[in-house]
Amino acid sequence: MPIDYLPILVMVVVVVAFAAIALTLSSLTGPRHPTAAKLEPYESGMPPFGSARRRISIKYYLTAVLFILFDIEIIFFYPWAVLFRQLKLFGLVEMGVFVLILLIGYVYVWRKGGFNWD
Amino acid sequence: MLTSQFLTYVAFFVLSAIALIGAFLAVTLRNLVRAALGLILSFMGVAGIYFVLEAEFVAIVQVIIYIGAISVLILFAIMLTRGLMTSAASTQNSQWIGAAFVGMLMFAVLFFVAITTNWPLAQPHTISDLIPRLGADLVTTYLLPFEAVSLLLLAALIGAIVIARE
Amino acid sequence: MIPLQFYLIVAAILFCLGLFGALARRNAVAILMGIELMLNAVNINLVAFWRYVKPAAPTMDLAGQIFALFVVTLAAAEAAIGLALIIAIYRSRDTVNVEDVDLMKW
Repeated sequence: MPIDYLPILVMVVVVVAFAAIALTLSSLTGPRHPTAAKLEPYESGMPPFGSARRRISIKYYLTAVLFILFDIEIIFFYPWAVLFRQLKLFGLVEMGVFVLILLIGYVYVWRKGGFNWD
Repeated sequence: MLTSQFLTYVAFFVLSAIALIGAFLAVTLRNLVRAALGLILSFMGVAGIYFVLEAEFVAIVQVIIYIGAISVLILFAIMLTRGLMTSAASTQNSQWIGAAFVGMLMFAVLFFVAITTNWPLAQPHTISDLIPRLGADLVTTYLLPFEAVSLLLLAALIGAIVIARE
Repeated sequence: MIPLQFYLIVAAILFCLGLFGALARRNAVAILMGIELMLNAVNINLVAFWRYVKPAAPTMDLAGQIFALFVVTLAAAEAAIGLALIIAIYRSRDTVNVEDVDLMKW
């Protein structure tokens, strides 16, 4: 029942309220002395360089494509894995075929150098 | 269970509003990165609607695949093809009025069909052991589509790598 | 119980917004975003029908959800290939504006 998700709703409300109150209070009560260094975007402690609006490398896209295509497999793996013992050999063979076909793509990408960063 | 009923309605309307506002932002905002963020908002609203419909597995898949993977892919594609969105040129083409008209006409038709059709309704479906049932159906009734998906993914994998590599 | 029609109407609005985006946008990536919205609207319909409408056969009582899962899979494959094509077009023609990609227009 959707009503079972009520605790999650309560948590969402509390989290949003906490974030809003904490940010509002600190911006209202805290002292403010802006300097050039303080206004710089935070890049994990590194001094920022260049514009954020330049084009990124195609390598990121290829990594994302590999991720998405292997990510989809969980849709099919997860329900299968829950029922793995009841399905016996039949289920194993079917999933074997599924994985084997995808493995061809994996080997292809590997041979093509898709996993090399440079 | 009047309050439960009422809360379900509230959840449905809030989530629908999130989905529709996100979609509206995604198709109207000029800055494409912001439009993609509106798209993510819309995906989240849709995932919530799946929870209201008690299709939890589809909802989780929506979060993992749509929000976690497809949105990232779209954002990467936007960052890879920069240049257009920083210019002042309009992001809508010259036929946007016609497109709006077609959209509204389509909505009128769908609305009419949804309201007037006599749907063969049954008691709302709830399945307690949803995921094992999905697993059983995937390897029996839907065996052929299930195996065809692996071929589709293979083709998509090889195609995307070959097309996108320089 | 929320009536089935409410879901259908929300899905219809979402579909038409996606349709508008796919027809009115210049940028190819934005067109693809419109298509993703339309696929989402279809998925809402499929899951809503699964919940409310009597299945055609007892073995088909999960058909709506399984359909939705296959649509998600297709959408992901479509996004991967479609965006790869857009990137390839951008590389060879230096634009993602669909009005400028008119090599085959007559």
